[in-house]
Amino acid sequence: MSAAADPRPLGGNRADRRGPSTGAGRDGPASTRIVVGFGFWIFLLSDIVMFSAFFAAYAVLAGATAGGPSGLQLFDLKSVAWETGCLLLSSFACGVASVGATLKSFRIFQIAMAATFVLGALFLGLEIKEFVGLVARGAGPQRSAFLSAFFALVGCHGLHVTIGLLWLLTMMAQVQSKGFREDIQRRILCFNLFWHALDIIWVGVFTIVYLLGAGL
Amino acid sequence: MSDAPANPIQDEDPPPVEDAAEDGGVRGALIRYGIGLVLATGLSAGSFLLPSTGLVYAPALPVALVVMAIAQMGVHLVFFLHITTGPDNTNNVLALAFGVLIVFLIMAGSLWIMANLNHNMMSMTQIMSMQR
Repeated sequence: MSAAADPRPLGGNRADRRGPSTGAGRDGPASTRIVVGFGFWIFLLSDIVMFSAFFAAYAVLAGATAGGPSGLQLFDLKSVAWETGCLLLSSFACGVASVGATLKSFRIFQIAMAATFVLGALFLGLEIKEFVGLVARGAGPQRSAFLSAFFALVGCHGLHVTIGLLWLLTMMAQVQSKGFREDIQRRILCFNLFWHALDIIWVGVFTIVYLLGAGL
Repeated sequence: MSDAPANPIQDEDPPPVEDAAEDGGVRGALIRYGIGLVLATGLSAGSFLLPSTGLVYAPALPVALVVMAIAQMGVHLVFFLHITTGPDNTNNVLALAFGVLIVFLIMAGSLWIMANLNHNMMSMTQIMSMQR
């Protein structure tokens, strides 16, 4: 190493590298996997910011029942507990599927993804049953501002779960037909992030909407 | 001089870091998901059962529930979404911090402004009596 050599060249000194780049700017550009994960994480955060607006609307309007039924009269916490359990277990199954993808094991991946789908569909079924029951009791979204905000928030989460289930089936089909290619692995990573983020939002929903709503 | 790169910016991607292979391998990854599941289940069950047990002073219940929800979100972030303090996660953590700030501003700001508006607004009966 001559004295004239720049000790800190642009993009980092290859001799200093301790391993693959981390995306912190020191060791040159990060791997596509890290960049894709970061980009999708930004999208998820923007999605969470959108949900926070729905949460804020619900929190402001929770008392505006216009003489109609309140959360205390409407919510069935037992059904919500089942929904929570389904979504939590499906999140775990999704994690197992990502381990299967790391191992490039078709059997573990497909079985875990199928379990994720069944549990997610069970969650969705319970939620649709609850919505149908509410509308049948005359507590549809047009009844009061509280119920409008409730259907908007919980319905938006349900819509995300529906899209997630379609994405899940797409990933199962892609792995079956294309194998565990690099780009397929990155899509599996993004799907994992999406599914776990939905579970985080559900934690907010069952706490703020159902538990605090039933306590009002 | 020989180890100074001609083009310091790498053109090709280094081999991807398998997140399960980083520490503890596949077993470690499964154990982490298992710990996450146990903690999240415990916190969820706690949230649902807490109101009926009467362990917490009733007016403090909302705060207790919100604290448990935030704790569970933390568990999900660490054990399921693998947000860590590692160097490959700096960008993700910074983006998360910004997201949390925005979420806090939207939630707290809306509640504050609307509560203030409600407080300053004349009640409907007073408006009616003024029109007469």
